[in-house]
Amino acid sequence: MMSSFLQVLLDGILNGLVYALVAAGLSMIWGVMDVINFAHGEFLMVGMYVSYWIGFFLNVDPLYSWIAAGIFLFILGAVTYKLIIKNSLGKSAMAPLLATFGLSMVLKNFCMNRFTPNFRILQGTILEGKTLSVGGAILSVPQLATALFALVVLGVLYWMLKKTRLGWAIQATAMDSEAAELMGIKTENIYLLVFGIGGACVGITGGLMTSYLAVYPEVGSLFSLIAFVVVALGGFGSIPGALLAAILIGLVESFSGFYIAAVVKYVAVFAVYIAVILVRPKGLFGW
Amino acid sequence: MAAMLEVKDIHCGYDGAPVIRGLSLEVCEGEIVAILGANGAGKSTTMRTICGLMHPEKGQILFRGEDITRSPASVNIRKGISYIPEGRRLFPKLSVRENLELGAFTVTDRAVIEERLEEMFTIFPKLRDRSSQTAETLSGGEQQMCAIARGLMSGPKLIMLDELSLGLMPSLVEKVFETVDLINRQGITVLLVEQMVQEALDIANRGYVLQTGRVVHSGTARELLDSDEVKKAYMGM
Repeated sequence: MMSSFLQVLLDGILNGLVYALVAAGLSMIWGVMDVINFAHGEFLMVGMYVSYWIGFFLNVDPLYSWIAAGIFLFILGAVTYKLIIKNSLGKSAMAPLLATFGLSMVLKNFCMNRFTPNFRILQGTILEGKTLSVGGAILSVPQLATALFALVVLGVLYWMLKKTRLGWAIQATAMDSEAAELMGIKTENIYLLVFGIGGACVGITGGLMTSYLAVYPEVGSLFSLIAFVVVALGGFGSIPGALLAAILIGLVESFSGFYIAAVVKYVAVFAVYIAVILVRPKGLFGW
Repeated sequence: MAAMLEVKDIHCGYDGAPVIRGLSLEVCEGEIVAILGANGAGKSTTMRTICGLMHPEKGQILFRGEDITRSPASVNIRKGISYIPEGRRLFPKLSVRENLELGAFTVTDRAVIEERLEEMFTIFPKLRDRSSQTAETLSGGEQQMCAIARGLMSGPKLIMLDELSLGLMPSLVEKVFETVDLINRQGITVLLVEQMVQEALDIANRGYVLQTGRVVHSGTARELLDSDEVKKAYMGM
């Protein structure tokens, strides 16, 4: 009884940490530019495919190929900004929303067309099948590694935002882009960078996730939905908020899945979301 | 004296609605020049256009002989133009020190930044005490000091001050104008926009009076203070 509680608790936290990094990218883009990137989940899916194909053709383990996935998604994010977001800014608020929604369709269907809808899983990765026993609970090592990695990346991101001049410039651009221009900050470059970082966050997560999750064109959808919930719950633009909200969501998911029924776990997640929106619309940790 | 800033017959507006209609002015090195006028005369628009936040539809702006008509604000600050906008526009969630550091965003030499920070803390000792507080927790007067200090961190040649006195109590207004005078004596040219005509002309060398986007009077501060029209229109005398 006790050990199943611990198992559910740890599972929830590990999942939550992964959600946190996915959500952090979304949250940062929103915080700085007031743009919701509807293609965020598909970016994650692309990150997974990058790491999958590198593993498949070049036999490089996800433990290393996350770097390539991160860089690839940084570039994809920056290109998305340059080609799509930049032109839709300053128009109706719906414009970037629908544009990224369109992009998500393009990415999903492109992968469907090229790679088929089949589930693909990497065989023979370094961490495959490894488990760790903690007080009676059994943890999957690939999942643990991904979660710890997510925590480290979040920490670096937070440190960068709070302690470096570049981080202050990003925050300044988020608070008042015109005043930031007056400081000599080229806000256009900050937007590009933020979109790149948002992409890199899911690129890194997706890259690592291929060590324990199957890749298929629809894989991003659920993560993307959960990321929206996490961002709204944590307060838009707040990284510590995203972290806490993501762990909360991870726990709600694992506890309701285990103690009620596996089929209702997302019912519980989205019920919490609706409750928060009704009671505290700015999110649990929002400004 | 050669003009540092030359604004030649600029026209600008928002979404086709004209605000500035053929405005020209000059600022010479070392001067304090005041732009005066009622609400809606186009004072802030003039400032925004000079610093590069917006661009004129017609006309030309020269800074130290170089054409900056189309150059954006983030580039102009590197040339030595610092604009302190109306309403201070500090970064509310960042600390005073971080705000000041961002003021020196264009400076790459760490030693220069430290030196200037020290200089600012000497001119505005209150800011040293408050350096780790977020800008939003400062009082109105302190925020204005912080905004001026932030504007000076880039080491500008020309500083443009927009409605410094707005929302400050009279004793602070005096203090702020004293500070402007002090900054000017350190060799920084000042262009300021003010509704407090008397106080502004007390420290200024010259002034321009704006009305519906045009210069209607210009002259030395003395001449403007003595002008009956200016007195009647803006000082209620």
